[in-house]
Amino acid sequence: MKKVIAYLAVGFFLGVLFIKSEVASWFRIYEMFQFKSFHMYGLMGTAVVIGIIGVQLIKHKKAKDFSGQPISIADKDRSIARYLIGGTLFGLGWALAGACPGPMFVLIGTGFVSVLVLIFGALLGTFAYGALRSKLPH
Amino acid sequence: MEYLYSPWPWYVAGPLIAGTMLLLTLMGKKFGMSSNLRTLCSIGGAGRFVDFFRFDWKKDQWNLWIVVGVIAGGFVALQFLSPEAPQINEDVVEQLETLGIHSTNTSFVPTELFSLDALLTLKGFLIILVAGFLVGFGARYAGGCTSGHAISGLSNFQVPSLIAVVGFFIGGLVMVHLIFPLLF
Repeated sequence: MKKVIAYLAVGFFLGVLFIKSEVASWFRIYEMFQFKSFHMYGLMGTAVVIGIIGVQLIKHKKAKDFSGQPISIADKDRSIARYLIGGTLFGLGWALAGACPGPMFVLIGTGFVSVLVLIFGALLGTFAYGALRSKLPH
Repeated sequence: MEYLYSPWPWYVAGPLIAGTMLLLTLMGKKFGMSSNLRTLCSIGGAGRFVDFFRFDWKKDQWNLWIVVGVIAGGFVALQFLSPEAPQINEDVVEQLETLGIHSTNTSFVPTELFSLDALLTLKGFLIILVAGFLVGFGARYAGGCTSGHAISGLSNFQVPSLIAVVGFFIGGLVMVHLIFPLLF
């Protein structure tokens, strides 16, 4: 129960963050792909720089998680095709929807029914990938 | 309280996103939002048709609690903490006008795309559905989305994540510069 509350709290904070930082705004994504604002680049840049420092510290110090287990961060499987093709398809959707999966959920709060259709589409896409997986280059 | 009502600049939001990712790592979890789409498919019974969805989703339940929190946080932030819509670069506002999008600077997302009126047209419905489909399909194909690759993966010096992020940008640029003029 305590853990559930912790996850809810982290999620709540992320939800506020996605809105207040405007990364869930279609307009911000459009502006980013037009290279007309530093906002998204600065945001992702600082997130990655601080992320690198944090992850390297965790690895270097062999840090343990809160429950005392050693933290292991798995490497991603080697491939080019799946990341490039999958990534490009994702990018097409990201720009069209103006939202990636986290912000997609956050936009339910706008009250637009379209957001539910968007999430339904994402579930459909996920299902289609699962069904076609063995036929796709990975 | 004022900082709560004005938009958070990149140098505040970026570190906070990194901090959340690191906090999840210290909680023994990882920052990845699109995994939830697979989990939701499994809960919906997709495992009966496709092996990919036949896994013990209960161990990923924690991530769904994150999603519930995200939805609640977003609702509160949108309804009570955001008196002003995102203010977009002037050139972009003009450009969007030519595409027929006039709700810039007054709405969080374009009403021309997201309103019920738009959804009830075939074109409007398909745009939203296809957009969602591409996000879901692409994220799973690439094994992650913006959170899993651009933030977590790059922070861990993962070459695959860099390739995925390059893909994200190829797709995004093609959509905005080549497909938008045909669509709108």
